[in-house]
Amino acid sequence: MKVIIMGCGRVGARIAGMLDEAGHTVVVMDTNQGAFRRLPPGYGGERYVGNGMDGPALERAGIVDADAFVAVTQGDNRNYFASQMAREVYRIPRVLCRSYDPIRGELFAELGLETFSPTTIGANIVMDWLLDSEQAGR
Amino acid sequence: MYILIGGGGKVGYYLAEELLQSKHEVVIVERNRNRVRAISDELGECVVEGDCCEVSTLDTAGIARADLAVAVTGDDEDNLVFSEIARRRGADRVIARINNPRNEQLFQRRGLETTVSATHAILAQIEQELPTADVIPLLQLHTGLEIVEVKLPETSPAAGRPVSQLWLPPESLILLVVNPEGMPRIPDDDTRLEAGDALVVVTRKESVERLKQSLVGEIHGLET
Repeated sequence: MKVIIMGCGRVGARIAGMLDEAGHTVVVMDTNQGAFRRLPPGYGGERYVGNGMDGPALERAGIVDADAFVAVTQGDNRNYFASQMAREVYRIPRVLCRSYDPIRGELFAELGLETFSPTTIGANIVMDWLLDSEQAGR
Repeated sequence: MYILIGGGGKVGYYLAEELLQSKHEVVIVERNRNRVRAISDELGECVVEGDCCEVSTLDTAGIARADLAVAVTGDDEDNLVFSEIARRRGADRVIARINNPRNEQLFQRRGLETTVSATHAILAQIEQELPTADVIPLLQLHTGLEIVEVKLPETSPAAGRPVSQLWLPPESLILLVVNPEGMPRIPDDDTRLEAGDALVVVTRKESVERLKQSLVGEIHGLET
């Protein structure tokens, strides 16, 4: 599988490392060259300095024959924009978008984009833990 | 009309000023506190401080009863998200500013057909001023139609023919013929076209190349 990851933050770098290790073809994009320092040692995939909201940059990063696109920059709107570009313009079969804002994330999902919100997921984990430990303490 | 403007930069500010003068009800949503203060000092209580891409901010600003929402931030991704939320939360119509003309395609795919790009407008103006361009874009209509101007060269396959004998792409119409003396006329089937005529034609965006072939002929210039 060939995957383009937009945003080489902690999550992006981690996914890139895991996919590379599992033998997939990975291109990780970031506008900031320095972001690639987060990639794990021995990372053998590609890194591309460029803006994932820019069509020509996406093409140079190899989006045309990608199987999946993951948008994990710090900006919800940037992630939405790039994901819709991957989906609507480049017809990438699998596209996943991150939205920190859960309400915006729900709206993105309603607009047909597969979206996850780390805020919701994190809050759920904490809630489950609190409620579980409350029950365990009883 | 109630008009909600996303982004209180220069475009948002002047837009609001004009619209208020035309007696519209206007609200600008702007994130930057200093901008908010500067705008309300000049224009009065027509600014809401907040992120124009946040659903709750737009709900509070009354997006549901907006007759029109206009996205004019300096970032295309924010304009896209604002437009999508505005439409989803009940704005009747949406107009979006696009900074990178290449992004127009994405807005169209998302069904946001009314877009304005300053870059595109200036490019079109440059093409109008360049005498070498055979087909000059004049106006984009939001149904995928475009109005263009075509100057017929000496070698035009259409020169000397009446309109009825032209082969034009589907959904293309010659609206106006201006002869070299600058005299305009609305053509009918029998109007004969001559080299040097300037035609104003409505066509589909994707048919512009074919239109060029039938009115201008094979591409000439550097390649010959």
